[in-house]
Amino acid sequence: MLFQKAKRQALAESLSATTDAVIEGRSPWADARRRFLKNKAAVASLIVLLVIGILIVAGPWVLPHAFDDTDMDAMNFAPTLQGFHLFGTDDLGRDLLVRTLIGGRISFMVGILGTVVSVVIGVSWGAVAGFFGGRIDALMMRFVDVMYALPFMLFAILLMTFFGRNLVLMFVALGAISWLDMARIVRGQTLSLKSKEFVEAAHAIGVPRRHIIFRHIVPNLLGIVVVYATVTIPNVILTESVLSFLGMGVQEPMTSWGVLVDEGQSKMEAMPWLLLIPGFMLSLTLYCANYVGDGLRDALDPKDR
Amino acid sequence: MSLLQVKNLGVQFATHDGVVTAVNGVNFELDPGQTLGIVGESGSGKSQSVLAMMGLLAKNGSTTGEALFQGRNLLAMDAHELNRIRGDRLSMIFQDPMTSLNPYLTVERQMTEVLELHKNMSRGQAKKRALDLLEAVRIPDAARRITMYPHEFSGGMRQRVMIAMALLCEPEVLIADEPTTALDVTVQAQILTLLKELQRDFGTAIIMITHDLGVVAGLCNKVMVMYGGRVMEYAAADRIFYQPSHPYTIGLLGALPRLDHDGSELVSIPGNPPNMAHMPAGCPFAERCTHRKDRCQSELPLLHPASHDGQVLRACHMPSQELIALNEAEIHHV
Amino acid sequence: MSEQAILSVRNIKVHFQVDGHGPQWPWTPKKVLKAVDGVSFDLYPGETLGIVGESGCGKSTLSRGILNLIPATEGEIVWMGKDLRKGSESDWHKVRSDIQMIFQDPLASLNPRMTIAQIIAEPLKTHRPGMSAAEVKDRVRKMMRRVGLTEQQINRYPHEFSGGQCQRIGIARALILEPKLVICDEPVSALDVSIQAQIINLLKELQREMNLALIFIAHDLAVVKHISDRILVMYLGREMELAQKKALYDKPSHPYTRALLSAIPIPDPELERNKVIQILTGDLPSPIDPPSGCVFRTRCPLAEPRCAQESIALHRVDDDTQSSCLLV
Repeated sequence: MLFQKAKRQALAESLSATTDAVIEGRSPWADARRRFLKNKAAVASLIVLLVIGILIVAGPWVLPHAFDDTDMDAMNFAPTLQGFHLFGTDDLGRDLLVRTLIGGRISFMVGILGTVVSVVIGVSWGAVAGFFGGRIDALMMRFVDVMYALPFMLFAILLMTFFGRNLVLMFVALGAISWLDMARIVRGQTLSLKSKEFVEAAHAIGVPRRHIIFRHIVPNLLGIVVVYATVTIPNVILTESVLSFLGMGVQEPMTSWGVLVDEGQSKMEAMPWLLLIPGFMLSLTLYCANYVGDGLRDALDPKDR
Repeated sequence: MSLLQVKNLGVQFATHDGVVTAVNGVNFELDPGQTLGIVGESGSGKSQSVLAMMGLLAKNGSTTGEALFQGRNLLAMDAHELNRIRGDRLSMIFQDPMTSLNPYLTVERQMTEVLELHKNMSRGQAKKRALDLLEAVRIPDAARRITMYPHEFSGGMRQRVMIAMALLCEPEVLIADEPTTALDVTVQAQILTLLKELQRDFGTAIIMITHDLGVVAGLCNKVMVMYGGRVMEYAAADRIFYQPSHPYTIGLLGALPRLDHDGSELVSIPGNPPNMAHMPAGCPFAERCTHRKDRCQSELPLLHPASHDGQVLRACHMPSQELIALNEAEIHHV
Repeated sequence: MSEQAILSVRNIKVHFQVDGHGPQWPWTPKKVLKAVDGVSFDLYPGETLGIVGESGCGKSTLSRGILNLIPATEGEIVWMGKDLRKGSESDWHKVRSDIQMIFQDPLASLNPRMTIAQIIAEPLKTHRPGMSAAEVKDRVRKMMRRVGLTEQQINRYPHEFSGGQCQRIGIARALILEPKLVICDEPVSALDVSIQAQIINLLKELQREMNLALIFIAHDLAVVKHISDRILVMYLGREMELAQKKALYDKPSHPYTRALLSAIPIPDPELERNKVIQILTGDLPSPIDPPSGCVFRTRCPLAEPRCAQESIALHRVDDDTQSSCLLV
């Protein structure tokens, strides 16, 4: 017995004594990144989005036209090299390439800002409601329900008619609705995290509440927030396009993809490029953003582990 | 001829990290009315080997070898052919009964459906048979309970319903995959007693998969001990328990908390279970084995008849007599 | 035992308000679920108390009640002579460095976004805020070595470990403050047999070294046999039997204990084939509407008519055994 026991202990020690340098752990984030990079469609979409991003930022500086320049010699041009109107011009002789890029700036900005609003308000609202629960939760979530019940278009139209069309108002309108879904999702996730054993373990250790929220709950929320944010971006871009299409968005001569599509569709028969080019850019962006979102969801989904 | 004959069964999974072999070279035979216990820890491949036979592997899994049921190879059958045998001649119960019961159908509907499908019974006949079986598995007040939904039953009752469903078509083989792991000990005792009685009454052959050697002891004629996807030892139950001849079997028996020995210290097996994606070249258990020699790490021991008893199959380089003698000396010392 | 008990639990009750059957209106009265209904015991320094019972017996709720993770409805929790239920939040905070807990699911009890070092150091950071980073790290390393982890793993994340290793991390976290009592809530039920033995042996070693008191919760009597000094058997939120280990296994006094013991399969074919199992008939009654008198009477093979009328708290049967059965 003693002989065997000694042998077992020696074995146990030899098993645990592989003397390497400190092994750097792969964090769940590193794992997720590795999985994401394996997803070819998502990586390709991300590259496309980055290229579009660089183009809309740098393009208008490089190109010879301004977005509101009217070129009297080149009205209603189809895509051509003449006067360097690569994407053609509209009926006022404005260069469509520049207008598409500038429109893209607005659409991207709206998308990103709307999402930032949604993340900031949505996460704090949802996490607080979920963590404290009880009456606070009930009150906060009923408020979200009320906001949901508000017909969004009516709300937007009212805002525009009272205060006139302006960009800031549109952000307010978009921000006001985009955080609702996020708040619900974060609250649900917080509720399920709250009952996880590691949170219970933290309570048992005596970790103060604010540390539990910031050390244990929020980092574990980030995955779902990142995924949901990438889905929110195209949603906000699309909503802005709808508003602009209905004539409630950006004001002339400033433009956005929604406005361009709106103008294009009225001249669809004579000058199809006015619809096709901005329409294509819009679809491509939405498509890629959704693919990136899908890729992130698969990469961060803990069920896959 | 034996009822079920498994020859050189292997299971592979295609994963992100390449092909992982979950089961390798499993052989066994099952005669009518016999009970085989397959014992192993998580990752030993015990469940995957029977899931493979039932055609229930995950999408990325593939099989090699043969599993002959009454002479016909289950692994080579198409889904249609397999479906005629599955649930009829060969049925299975799982650890979590809820995974195989449809929560939206009453127990009656689920049971009669099987009979209408496989036995062409009328609804009335089928219901009568279903009731008989629920009574056979001792569900009190079966006539009333048959109209209830699965969630209205307790865990133990649900497992009884599962067993009744598995026995509906009087299968030749019942495969039980950890049927009592999720249950309390007193309920586990009920279910094990029930299985013993049913086997006596119906003569069904049972394959019992479990991680608990205690569960196997009273129920099984033969026991197969698996580790790292390979068979370590395969012998009659009495041999396995009274004269284990493989270091892993000896380790498992020593590690088991048991009531019949006085509270001496548990003999643990050092180390951790192997990583299936990086299996060693030699014996899968070598890393954790106290009797390890250099040879064990380079050369895979094959399953062969033991020198002390030809009926015992074991996969170990160390001669069986030597190991048995060492083990007995140790037990006497305690 | 002449020593002073470190923990005395007196008639502790944990009740929950739940919805009953049928339609629920805001004015529908809530039902009371009695998860733990009057449990008392003493725990002495360095001792191990095993708490055993099947699912739904309230053993996990009891452990959380003791730690105030789920507030107790009634009763006293006396820690080192002080009733914690009358204490303030800051009293609890002090106690939390003396009482630690180990959980059932080793992986789920570790935050997946923290490294092992951060997880093990968290109690130190909470209770010894003044300690220097270097000392924290030093202590973490020592503790890791002590529970059988290698120092190289210090920057890894929980999902890179096997179940047994995760449980070692959980143990390291629980012991780093050198507590006086560790509550182990089914610490080995999720582990493989060979790993179970490692963890049980490790806990025993550490207990001896650090003079820990342990409350070891399990759902079967075989596991606690190897670690406990005394064992408490629970059923439906009540105490059935509290006895010295040897007495409990040699001559169980309560019919429920006997049923539990006979239900455990023995890895010995001969014994197992000839064993007479005392099968418990029927299902566990609902804790919302427990039976009158003795709660076990509906499934008890010895039940008499008077068991439905009277019930009795734990009473001394002999020197080593206390039982709540009317008939002994």
